[in-house]
Amino acid sequence: MNVNGESISGEVEDRMLLVEFLREHLRLTGTHVGCDTSQCGACVVHVNGVSVKSCTTLAVQAEGGDVTTIEGLAINGELHPMQQAFKDNHGLQCGFCTPGMVMSAIDIVNRNGSDVDEATVRKELEGNICRCTGYHNIVKAVHAGAKNMGG
Amino acid sequence: MYNFSYQKVSSIADAVDAIQKAEDGKFVAGGQTMLPTMKHRLASPSDVIDLGGIDELKGISVDGDTVTIGAMTTHAEVAASSDVQGAIPALANLAGNIGDPAVRNRGTLGGSIANNDPAADYPAAVIGLGATVKTNKREISGDEFFTGMFETALEDDEVITAVLFPKADASAYMKFENPASRYAIVGVFVASSGGAVKVGVTGATACAHRGMRLEEALNGNFTADAVDGVEIPIEKMNSDIHASAEYRAHLVKVMTKRAVEACS
Repeated sequence: MNVNGESISGEVEDRMLLVEFLREHLRLTGTHVGCDTSQCGACVVHVNGVSVKSCTTLAVQAEGGDVTTIEGLAINGELHPMQQAFKDNHGLQCGFCTPGMVMSAIDIVNRNGSDVDEATVRKELEGNICRCTGYHNIVKAVHAGAKNMGG
Repeated sequence: MYNFSYQKVSSIADAVDAIQKAEDGKFVAGGQTMLPTMKHRLASPSDVIDLGGIDELKGISVDGDTVTIGAMTTHAEVAASSDVQGAIPALANLAGNIGDPAVRNRGTLGGSIANNDPAADYPAAVIGLGATVKTNKREISGDEFFTGMFETALEDDEVITAVLFPKADASAYMKFENPASRYAIVGVFVASSGGAVKVGVTGATACAHRGMRLEEALNGNFTADAVDGVEIPIEKMNSDIHASAEYRAHLVKVMTKRAVEACS
C-alpha cells in the first residue's frame, strides 16, 4: 500500500487491523485507538481519499490502497490548513481525539465544500468523540480550516 | 480477535467455492459490524471471505419503477446517488443517516441486511418498500427475508447480489436514534403506492417486521391521526437499557405519525 505518499510493503497476520499496522509496523502513532466499538473516531484515516475507521478495517483490506494519516498532512513542516485552524482556534485540549477530528474535518470539507454550514459540520462529526472541548471550538476550527482549504 | 484465514475473491463463483471449502467461513462485506463483533470475540470464523473485490455486486441503476442497488454499494454511495435521491428520496436519506460518515464509507446495503441487526435501518426500507432481495440462487421477497434476530432466509453459501426497490408515490423514514451509535431505538419506514400503504418497523422487536395494524389503519385514511387508534402490543417489543417495551411501543406510533406527515 501507499502510506503518506510512500510505497510500503510488509507481511502481516490476516487479523491485523489497519490501525495496528500503522502504529506498530510503521510507527505512525498519530493515529489513535480510543475505543473498541468503532464509535470514537480517534483512528480515522483516509483510504483512497475517503475517511475510514482504521480500527474497523483489516490491514490486508487496504492492500494496494492509498492511505493518508495525520502524519501525511503537513508539507515540509508547514501544517495543513485544517491542522493550523485547530491550533489557532483552540480546537483541542488533551489532543487525543485531534488526529481523527482533523482527518474527519478534511473529509467533511472535501464532500461539502469550503462553505459547509454549522449544522452539517456538527452532524458529520457524530463519529468523532471528544471528551474535553465540548465541540464548540472544534466546529469553529473546522469552519476556519474549510475557508483556508478553499482559499 | 482470534486469527482466521483471509481471502479476497473477485467473482461470486469464487466466493461460493471459498465458503464451501471453509470449515466455518463467513463473508465480509463492509465489515462495520463484523469486525467489531470479531474483535470482541463474539464471532470467530475460521475463514473470512471478502466480497469487496467483486465488481458486479456494486452500483446503482434505475429501470422504470425499480431502483436496483448492488449488495456491495456503500451507504455513502446510496446517500449521494442522484438516481436514488430522485427515485426514492427517503431511501437516500435513510442511508445518509446510518452510523457516521466513516462507517458509511465502508458499510454496505448487503452487509446490513445479511447481518439483520434488530436495530438496523435498511431492513425497515426493504420491508416498507416491498423490495426484493436478489441472491446468486433466487429472489426473496422482503417480507420473507428477515426471519429472526440476526437471522435471515439466506443459506450459508448464498450471496446477496442486489436489492430491487420499487419506487413509491410517497415514502418517508423516521427513526428515534440512539445518540451514541445512531442505531434505531425505533425506526419506521412508510410507503404509499397506488393507494396501498406499507409500513416497515425496525428496532422495536427481534427483527424488522411489517406493521400490519398500522397499515390497516392507514389504508384508506393516510393521515397521522389514523395512527392514534392503533393498539401496538408490547409482548414482542424489545426491552433494554435504551428503552422499555412500553416506550418502544409508544415510539412506533410516534415515528409512524412523523413518517406519514413527512409523506404529505
